[in-house]
Amino acid sequence: MSPAVGFQDATAIAGIAQTPFAKHLEPSETELACQVIVDACADAGIDPSEVNALCSYTMEATEEVDIARNIGCGEVTFFSQVGYGGGAGCGVVGHAALAVASGQAEVAVAWRSRKRGSGPRPWTSTSVQLRVPGGYTRPFGLLRPVDEIAMLTRRYMHEFGATRDHLANVAMAVRKHANMNPAALMYDRPMSRDDYMNSRWVSEPLCLFDNCLETDGALACVVVSAERARDLRHPPVYVHAFAQGLPPEHQTMVNFFNDDPLTGPAWACARRLWANAAFGPEDVNVAQIYDAFTPLILLSLEGYGFCKRGDAAAFTEDGNLEWGRGSLPVNTSGGGLSEAYVHGFNLINEGVRQMRGTSTAQVEGAETCLVTSGEGVPTSALLLRR
Amino acid sequence: MTNAAAFSGGYVANLGPSEDGYLMPAVDEESRFFWEGTLAGELRIQVCTNCGRLRHPPRPMCPSCRSTGRAWTQVSGKGTIWSFVVPHPPLLQPYSDLAPYNVIVVTLDEDPNLRLVGNLVAGPDGELNDVDPTSIRIGEPVEVTFKRFKRSDGSEEALPLWTRAH
Repeated sequence: MSPAVGFQDATAIAGIAQTPFAKHLEPSETELACQVIVDACADAGIDPSEVNALCSYTMEATEEVDIARNIGCGEVTFFSQVGYGGGAGCGVVGHAALAVASGQAEVAVAWRSRKRGSGPRPWTSTSVQLRVPGGYTRPFGLLRPVDEIAMLTRRYMHEFGATRDHLANVAMAVRKHANMNPAALMYDRPMSRDDYMNSRWVSEPLCLFDNCLETDGALACVVVSAERARDLRHPPVYVHAFAQGLPPEHQTMVNFFNDDPLTGPAWACARRLWANAAFGPEDVNVAQIYDAFTPLILLSLEGYGFCKRGDAAAFTEDGNLEWGRGSLPVNTSGGGLSEAYVHGFNLINEGVRQMRGTSTAQVEGAETCLVTSGEGVPTSALLLRR
Repeated sequence: MTNAAAFSGGYVANLGPSEDGYLMPAVDEESRFFWEGTLAGELRIQVCTNCGRLRHPPRPMCPSCRSTGRAWTQVSGKGTIWSFVVPHPPLLQPYSDLAPYNVIVVTLDEDPNLRLVGNLVAGPDGELNDVDPTSIRIGEPVEVTFKRFKRSDGSEEALPLWTRAH
């Protein structure tokens, strides 16, 4: 692989915005999306009429056409969607950056709007889920994403000796960061190790606090050229590198059917990401790692090269993931586990804040930030720098 | 919509759940051999007729040699437990009434990369929760058994489940 030298630092995230996070927000997903995109443009100091690239998740309820005719776009000349749910977030921002870097558009917007807190649980709708691979998994009672990831987790614990204490280390670090962030749903709810261990089972070996929140919320960011960003209000947050990853013979969420189920999309994505970058994992100051479930952080730490295969459990010990204590603070606004769950987009916005120096758990002097999307599904990742 | 919802191509018979509400597989042209097999008491795995590679779940093309020549072969029905989970509510009915139950992944003896999702049950026609989940161990040898489910229209499917090997 050769590094994407022309792309490195050629674009920057110049504006971010988010709605309040709540169990229930009143406006529709479409209205929340439009508002948050307009707010991100205001944060960037760019008029929404200049937006000419629209990048979203395939899971997004609101189409580009609806956004455009609400926020008053002119002619939009790039629009793309990225699939695979929680694997898409960094991909969406990456596509926005590709559009700007290649000259297809000047002002790109990426967003996610979701009312999961007040909406139905997607896994209760079974009619479309029984094709491959669902027909081979759901009839047996493997019904929810948590069940699917729990299956990989048990195997991981068996192969590498990780324990519930290691999963608790992850949950507690991320909760600690939420306790510092007034926007986080769990801001005023500290969690001890006893709280974690005594919480109810959801799918053994995963308990309540191994699972992310169920949230209503929307977030957006604006990507422009590096040159344009330098003229705007905030310090530019450069998109240094971007990658997506889909490994051989992968099955989405139920990756049991190949020769190494525990090395998933993160490994494929990371190889391309680091090949595209001018620095390595040892130079990353802070990381926002997709956390629909605590074990995904363990797998991602290994996949992205912060530790060797099988060593992620030890990497979580002694507060190593905590702001103020550890070598790699993760999910510094509280992540999906404790801030809000909007398919990982809050990790992107928090990555931007860390690079701007405005995080509620600011890593002093942080210059680089890794943001990942979901392990367990075809995925994506971004390296941000200031 | 999710990628799953956007899939198209190939006739799919999704005849709905069993009369007790258990989710049943959607049988399509690619998987018909598998689900006819379970009804016949056979565990069948797709095989590439060009290079001989076994693969599961079934698909039109061999990822090793790219041939679309495919057939099926009956396997021994023996394997070992690769992993397992124990779901608790909230779940869908009738699974919630059976919770906590177990779901296992079995590695087939024929090939370490062949795995099936199933349940460990006490015997033929067993229930998902008739084995004490604290007794389950990764590495345990198991063998297949087939449990039949009837839909309200009279059609049937059989699911491959697993009992401890003797």
